[in-house]
Amino acid sequence: MTRRRRERAAVPDPAAFPTRSYDLVKEFTIALVVVALLTAALAAVFSSPDDRPVTLASWSRADGADFTATAAAELGGTSGTAEYGPPYNHTPGAAQKLGPLGLQSAAGVRIPIDTAEDFVLRPLADAPQPPVVRVALAAWAAAPAARQQAWTKAYSDALAKAPGGDPAKVTGGGFGPVPVLVARLLDMARSGALDGQLQAEGKFYETDYTRPLLFLSDGSYLETLARAQHLGGDQWGMMNETGDYPGQAWLWLYTFWYQIEPFKSSGNADALIWGLMALLSLGLMLLPFIPGLRSIPRWTRVHRLIWRSYHRTADQPEGRDNSPG
Amino acid sequence: MTAPHEPASRGWTGAVRRRAVAALPPDKLLPDTQPAYMASWIYVFGVLTLSSLVVVLATGGVLALKGPAWWHVSDAGKYVNSLHLWSVELFMFFMVIHLWGKFFMAAWRGRRALTWITGVVCFLTSIGTAFTGYLVQQNFDSQWIAGQAKDGLNSVGIGAFFNVLDFGQMLMWHIVLLPFVLGLLTAWHILLVRLRGIVPPIGAADPAHGSPAASAPLPAEGEAP
Ligand code: HEM
Repeated sequence: MTRRRRERAAVPDPAAFPTRSYDLVKEFTIALVVVALLTAALAAVFSSPDDRPVTLASWSRADGADFTATAAAELGGTSGTAEYGPPYNHTPGAAQKLGPLGLQSAAGVRIPIDTAEDFVLRPLADAPQPPVVRVALAAWAAAPAARQQAWTKAYSDALAKAPGGDPAKVTGGGFGPVPVLVARLLDMARSGALDGQLQAEGKFYETDYTRPLLFLSDGSYLETLARAQHLGGDQWGMMNETGDYPGQAWLWLYTFWYQIEPFKSSGNADALIWGLMALLSLGLMLLPFIPGLRSIPRWTRVHRLIWRSYHRTADQPEGRDNSPG
Repeated sequence: MTAPHEPASRGWTGAVRRRAVAALPPDKLLPDTQPAYMASWIYVFGVLTLSSLVVVLATGGVLALKGPAWWHVSDAGKYVNSLHLWSVELFMFFMVIHLWGKFFMAAWRGRRALTWITGVVCFLTSIGTAFTGYLVQQNFDSQWIAGQAKDGLNSVGIGAFFNVLDFGQMLMWHIVLLPFVLGLLTAWHILLVRLRGIVPPIGAADPAHGSPAASAPLPAEGEAP
């Protein structure tokens, strides 16, 4: 047993083997030329995708109803971002957990976002407004939180019932200043002013798109466009890109878990899948030390194919091969 | 130690040089021969991976020279962006074949575990680099990918520090930090390959001894150095 084990284990020094001449620099140079030509050809034939980004202006012009419903939800604190939890805000129970491990909460609220203030009220207050909007802003600010909530809830419900979600066809009342504020925000968005306002926040240079992107993601317009491009989470979207391009095909395993149970319907899917992928990556890294897995190459004998020219000579009866069976 | 006829070189610099030359003398760093068993097309995929990495860095360099807005408005820019995209696809494709080849060769044997590990870290770093690349395209894809990816990263607390919605931060990761790390890892990986030499076939006997049993006690299969 020990002798056999040792035979298997013995990995001789490569320098002890017969050699042949091998030109590494020439091999690399040829490979580089081949890859460069192949890349040039693929790029010429297939090009690359570059679909225009969605702006708050293009969204509000294309789907004013969706924009209005989203703006009302941001104001009322019921949008996806408003109820997201860390790192954007404190929403009890919103953070995902990996078993007992609450990493999302532990990281804390580091990118604080108050959707009513940041997405609706401040952009309105920062721009010159007609008297009716100034009055509406003052009415909102003077009302207690419970009243504000009642207004936005009533308006959101009414929008949902209106044909096509059209604000012009809303019936009923009890909305307070909400319709005026949201309609004005829609106007600003359509004029393109809101894009600048959300990004700049009084600065000149801007490289952080967190706020406008979160606002966009809260609506359903972006997702509708994405689904039409097979980019939905349940459409293997994480590894796809727009058009018929290969995308990030190497994310297939990560994407795969989202397609099956128990992940598919779990509220903790993201955390669970991240945990699982971290474990699998660690496993791949430490594969040389994992009994069983590290022996698969020897069992599968693909290596006999790879090294068949070696075995052709070494396996002669007088050869000195001790390849274990 | 210094060779007898060589004047002893002093100080830290001398020590580093002595150690570097002892570990990888020029004819081991760039040998013009290889063991005869290194005869299979699978060996080409390491070099192909390296070559495509060079093309990725060069095309990315041109995009950087002209700035992030250029390729959206210029036909030449669009072509350079396509070169960058397709060289990445080739790079990842070659790397995955390289990975599976090394797996079926159990190429971590004989004190080569660190070569395997640096390889896996190269793979993971490349995935991160490609991902941040998708985030900084400034198009619909970036918007959608950022919106989706934030949930995964936030769920394990990473999103609080690594904000995929922050274009400036992602651009820095993509064109500075990650390529730098990947470059270092790749250099380390390849120096390790040269240091240990190409792994002999599974079950190969030591030609110098005639019988593997005669070889000195050696680490168990896959054992670390
Ligand atoms: C940036 C990506 C990578 C580059 C540029 C690269 C490059 C190379 C090159 C040029 C070689 C020597 C020639 C050959 O055997 O193919 C090599 C060997 C090796 N690579 Fe990689 N590699 C990369 C990623 C990986 C990955 C992902 C793995 C596996 C997880 C890996 C595992 C290995 C091993 C174990 C060897 C030693 C082979 C032997 O001793 O015969 N490499 N690599």
